[in-house]
Amino acid sequence: MKSFRYERASNIASACASVAQPAAKFIAGGTNLVDLMKLQIEVPDHLVDISRLPLNGIEETPDGGLRIGALVTNSAAAIDLRVRRRYPLLAQAILAGASTQLRNKATTGGNLLQRTRCAYFYDTTKPCNKRVPGSGCAALEGLNRMNAVLGVSDDCIAAHPSDMAVAMTALDAVVETVAPDGSSRSISIDSLYRPPGNTPHIETVLAPGELIVSVLLPPAPAGRQVYRKVRDRASYAFALVSVAAILDLDGNRVRSARVAFGGLSYKPWRSAEAEAALVGAPAARAAFDAAGAAALRNAHGYGRNDFKIPLARRTLRATLTQAVGLS
Amino acid sequence: MTDFLKLQSKATRRGFLKTTGAATLVLASPPAVGEAAAQTASLPTEHVALKINGRPYAVDLDPRTTLLDALREHFGLTGSKKGCDQGQCGACTILVNGQRINSCLALAVMHDGDEITTIEGLAEEGALDPMQAAFVRHDGFQCGYCTPGQICSAVALLAEHKAGWPSYVTTDVAIAPALSDAEIAERMSGNICRCSAYPNIVAAIREVAGEDRQ
Repeated sequence: MKSFRYERASNIASACASVAQPAAKFIAGGTNLVDLMKLQIEVPDHLVDISRLPLNGIEETPDGGLRIGALVTNSAAAIDLRVRRRYPLLAQAILAGASTQLRNKATTGGNLLQRTRCAYFYDTTKPCNKRVPGSGCAALEGLNRMNAVLGVSDDCIAAHPSDMAVAMTALDAVVETVAPDGSSRSISIDSLYRPPGNTPHIETVLAPGELIVSVLLPPAPAGRQVYRKVRDRASYAFALVSVAAILDLDGNRVRSARVAFGGLSYKPWRSAEAEAALVGAPAARAAFDAAGAAALRNAHGYGRNDFKIPLARRTLRATLTQAVGLS
Repeated sequence: MTDFLKLQSKATRRGFLKTTGAATLVLASPPAVGEAAAQTASLPTEHVALKINGRPYAVDLDPRTTLLDALREHFGLTGSKKGCDQGQCGACTILVNGQRINSCLALAVMHDGDEITTIEGLAEEGALDPMQAAFVRHDGFQCGYCTPGQICSAVALLAEHKAGWPSYVTTDVAIAPALSDAEIAERMSGNICRCSAYPNIVAAIREVAGEDRQ
């Protein structure tokens, strides 16, 4: 690990000002950043510890939603009874990720901003445009089994690894930030992440020193919520494909539907196409398969991850079937 | 050595391990402390005070030092193990302010003032913690390297379950589940045992959980 200067932030404004400087980074849970610093993939010369800032509460909002502080640990969010009762999808997704030890340390803001687990991002002996801009992408022709099939470019096919963010995307969550100049803004989670294009090293729309302070969950939509994750082993593994679905039925017909996929893209992939295919249709296999086909129409495999395309369609069908079965 | 250990009675075996552990500590401590001193002469340090197993510890540390390295290299508490050093194996699991974490991914400086329990803190006055005793009874280990992490994790698991935490295998996350074997396995998935003592680990935890319920 490269040497760095350590600063314990005493307030949000000073933390943002410090991190607006080049080569400075926020650290909260550190479960991803410390790992990357050991490998010298991340080499900050100044670490600003925000873990003691008062951003660890979960509050009710006037309209019946919840505001989750950026420093709320993944465990704390998943065990909160309001989250479990009103947003079971989110509790399930968080509990699907990592291990209890990691969830006890990892934070809400950090989870959103974790880096990809693409093997070539981690392997410093191989080219990676995300790690070293302009060096190339070893995943294109390499072991790309875990990589993305939607929305990526030939410069980078890395997938976003979060489960939590997939559920938040289906819930229309809003990311709230504070910038070094003191201004605050709200960013829909779907527009937080930048498509890789030819600048895959720039992953979000956040400016230098801009700090995520909370995530706003609008009131829970009507319908049954299900998070389903498919992975190589039963626990403690990243998703090959995951689906967050919210299905509201009117008798046997779909009144409204929300669908987001994990493991398929540089961000949690909300599929308006799948949702359109579901609304108004009988809640049965024909509509579920049509939704899957619509969602994956523009998908592109890179060899070893071709299987993700049919797997995503089948996982969507299984998730929606499970949702219909709930009472 | 494994065959030799198998021939010993449980009491002798523990005594042997205890002696070996103490001897290793004596041998390992001087060079480690020397190294740390050489490093801190040229690099900025941060003062870190911790309460570990009920006792105060303080040291000036390079801010790069993980909690795991602080425990092992600076405080001589070598019960917590370094397996993968990247948060995948769980051998370094300790309790910080009552919650289990991977100490290999935590910077010690960020935990200034925190209360820490390591495997060394579970046995009081030489009497094993019920979870330690259950692991011995059920033979919940072979090589033993992952065991301190497994036991710290298992102790935290019981507290989490008692507090009503759901898990990924809980059918309805809004309702606190019973501690089935599937729940135990899921909640222990952050601790890898390459000797694959899993069935015996689950049996040990099930037994202690059962005692708790009575």
